[in-house]
Amino acid sequence: MKKLSLNQLLIPLLSIVLGLLVGAVVMLIGGYDPIRGFDSLINGMFGSPYAIGETLRAAAPLIFSGLAVAFAFRTGLFNIGVEGQVLIGWVAAVYVGINFDLPMFIHIPLALLAAMLAAAIWAFVPGFLKAKFYVHEVITSIMMNYIALYTTNAILRNVIGVTNERTESIKDSASLSSPWLQEITTYSRLHWGVLVAVLAAIVYYYILQRTTLGYELRAVGFNKHASQYAGMSVNRNIVLSFVISGMFAGLAGAMEGLGTFNGMTLSASFTGVGFDGIAVALLGANTAVGVILAAILFAGLNIGGLAMQAGADIPSELVKVIIATIVIFVASGYAINYVIEKIKGNRKKGVEKK
Amino acid sequence: MEYVIEMLNIRKEFGTFVANDNITLQLRKGEIHALLGENGAGKSTLMNVLFGLYQPEGGEIRVRGEKVNIENPNIANDLGIGMVHQHFMLVEKFTVTENIILGLEPKNGVTIDRAAARKKVMEISEQYGLRIDPDAKIEDISVGMQQRVEILKTLYRGADILIFDEPTAVLTPQEIQELIQIMKRLIAEGKSIILITHKLKEIMQVADRCTVIRRGRYIGTVDVDDTINEDGLAEMMVGREVNFDAEYSKADPQQVVLDVQGLVVKDSRGLEVVEGLDLQIRAGEILGIAGIDGNGQTELIEAITGLKKPESGKVMLNGKDVTGHLPRKMTEAGIGHIPQDRHKHGLVLDYSIRDNMVLQTYYKEPFSKRGLMNYKAVAEKAKALIEKFDVRTPSVDVPARALSGGNQQKAIIAREVDRSPDLLIAAQPTRGLDVGAIEFIHEQLVKEREKGRAVLLISFELDEILHVSDRIAVLYEGKIVGIRDPKETTEQELGFLMAGGQRGDETE
Repeated sequence: MKKLSLNQLLIPLLSIVLGLLVGAVVMLIGGYDPIRGFDSLINGMFGSPYAIGETLRAAAPLIFSGLAVAFAFRTGLFNIGVEGQVLIGWVAAVYVGINFDLPMFIHIPLALLAAMLAAAIWAFVPGFLKAKFYVHEVITSIMMNYIALYTTNAILRNVIGVTNERTESIKDSASLSSPWLQEITTYSRLHWGVLVAVLAAIVYYYILQRTTLGYELRAVGFNKHASQYAGMSVNRNIVLSFVISGMFAGLAGAMEGLGTFNGMTLSASFTGVGFDGIAVALLGANTAVGVILAAILFAGLNIGGLAMQAGADIPSELVKVIIATIVIFVASGYAINYVIEKIKGNRKKGVEKK
Repeated sequence: MEYVIEMLNIRKEFGTFVANDNITLQLRKGEIHALLGENGAGKSTLMNVLFGLYQPEGGEIRVRGEKVNIENPNIANDLGIGMVHQHFMLVEKFTVTENIILGLEPKNGVTIDRAAARKKVMEISEQYGLRIDPDAKIEDISVGMQQRVEILKTLYRGADILIFDEPTAVLTPQEIQELIQIMKRLIAEGKSIILITHKLKEIMQVADRCTVIRRGRYIGTVDVDDTINEDGLAEMMVGREVNFDAEYSKADPQQVVLDVQGLVVKDSRGLEVVEGLDLQIRAGEILGIAGIDGNGQTELIEAITGLKKPESGKVMLNGKDVTGHLPRKMTEAGIGHIPQDRHKHGLVLDYSIRDNMVLQTYYKEPFSKRGLMNYKAVAEKAKALIEKFDVRTPSVDVPARALSGGNQQKAIIAREVDRSPDLLIAAQPTRGLDVGAIEFIHEQLVKEREKGRAVLLISFELDEILHVSDRIAVLYEGKIVGIRDPKETTEQELGFLMAGGQRGDETE
């Protein structure tokens, strides 16, 4: 049904190219060889089975956090609290992973469910405050991130009983790790989570495009006045949107807890998965396919950055510059659009003069 | 003949769309020159070219015989061209004087010389007979007075060519007469005026000549004298004969459908703007509510449609008390609503026409089942509706945003009428639409009435109220102050009631 216009595709692609160009310029200024740099960067992203495995492994949580941000956005809401919801989901998944002894086909779904529920409750708070008291969701969801960070640390210490830095490992029956996937990617940490993430993207599409709930959520996102006039409950949709967004975020945390790390570590700072989700949703234009592709790109850049440091001696922080630049270019898509129109206009004028 | 402005063969394109195609407009010194055209005909584009907001692709502009290149509004100002905007550009919290001098303040060293400013403003206002209170705040004065401030702004800047952009749209009949006097006075003082409008009556009353454009093309310029009448102008504007006095069938009122008793509603600021309103509408009649904007129309509709909870009073629909029910319940109880602001309330502009057609019914079969949408059924419905109501759209998949105002309104009417509501509320249903679309919408309202529905029409256009209604209720300060039979009342009488029964023409 929905056709992507040329510009919708052009802006993200152009932004990526421009972001890489800026990266090359920064490399030159720093006295590095950009060709060698990009060679090792791309090799580190996709150049070997191991690189592909690591890229996909890192993409899984980003797909989830991207979907979380995108889902809220489609309802006209900014869920900046994905980061905190990721942490809450992570700790919930790890708790179930450690403290239950169940067959795998129950244990994994139960741990995932726990992550979804815990994060959904966490996301309910800003949604409810917005619907009931008109408190702006950006403020509350940002603040909830800090509460989440310290709450998870407290839970890790007092409930799960971390004495050192790290929890004990989760039971094998709750782990998404797969020896087979590790083997074919020459022992990367690739796990089944990436498959769950793709399934989630399909669910995301299905909810928004096929259900009456999705019809309502999108209507509220586009025009809440008309939705209210038509008899929809705007407040109910705001809360629901946050809760569902939180579920996606919680699963992002579960990817880390049940897949990559098989546990959780005390942390003084954020994981970044939630914040990167904002960039992923932005670059992916809030579409299911776009989010998957953007998550793979950003994950790959992060992974490839390490290889770039090892292979070309270029600090991996440069990747952060590239990602940030891409985000800035996408966010200023309107300006890019303007430039494109201008160029088109000038061309036309030139033709006329001849 | 001396021309103060000549716009010759002006061409303005937006991409592939030609908004002005070879349009010529010549303004003589000391005349009121009407620029007539339907919405979207290119009037505003042409004036924006003259005012320096757009650069034309072809043609030339001469001011007082000299070829000029108006690159921005400052140049237009320097050339003595002033624009009285339709939507006032005033600072609400500032006084009249402060607004007039804004940007061109007389200085006393580094401070504003308020005394000199006030004196200058008073001088101009006396010279042109534009009485105002120079120390009143904009937010405290009437719309008519605000418009005077806009006129004074242009005069203060030394304009002697004034462009009036749809100046009567917001005024009461009495205020319109005052404005016409003001315009005549300006001409007597040596100014020249371009009057942008689509109201034929005003052109006949005030204009010396009239230039007509249609769909971006120049149709012609005529002298407004005895040889031309409203029908002739309308034909030039629309391109075909227009029947303004279509006679509709006689109403046959039946049982009471809507009964509003002692309704009190507060606005968003918490002020009571509907103050104990009583109103009855019967099946098979169109009740028109006449009144100046801001007398409680919006809140009355919001209370009847469930968008706002009334403070007190009752809303009875078909004998059942529905006071304070939510919009969905109201819809299901049998209310259809063509909202005043079709972009804000009527449509989800980014949704396709298809999706907009089931905005109130999407949760019902066949459009959905057990929470899953059946978009095929929705598309079929939408296709049937756009065909039946002649909504011009390339397909049902284009976003509502892409349609013209008239077609958007047709789509809303199709959706609302299709539900067969017992009560159809039409708020300003023809605002901003062209003559053809207006005719169509009026016909639809009458059709609904003939089917035995009750129709509540709210409009700020007295012509429309008089033309379509079977009964007219005048709303003033939140109350119905009189009910009249359209055949026995006059615009003057209604205008008198709309202004609270006091002549608002002297000092405000």
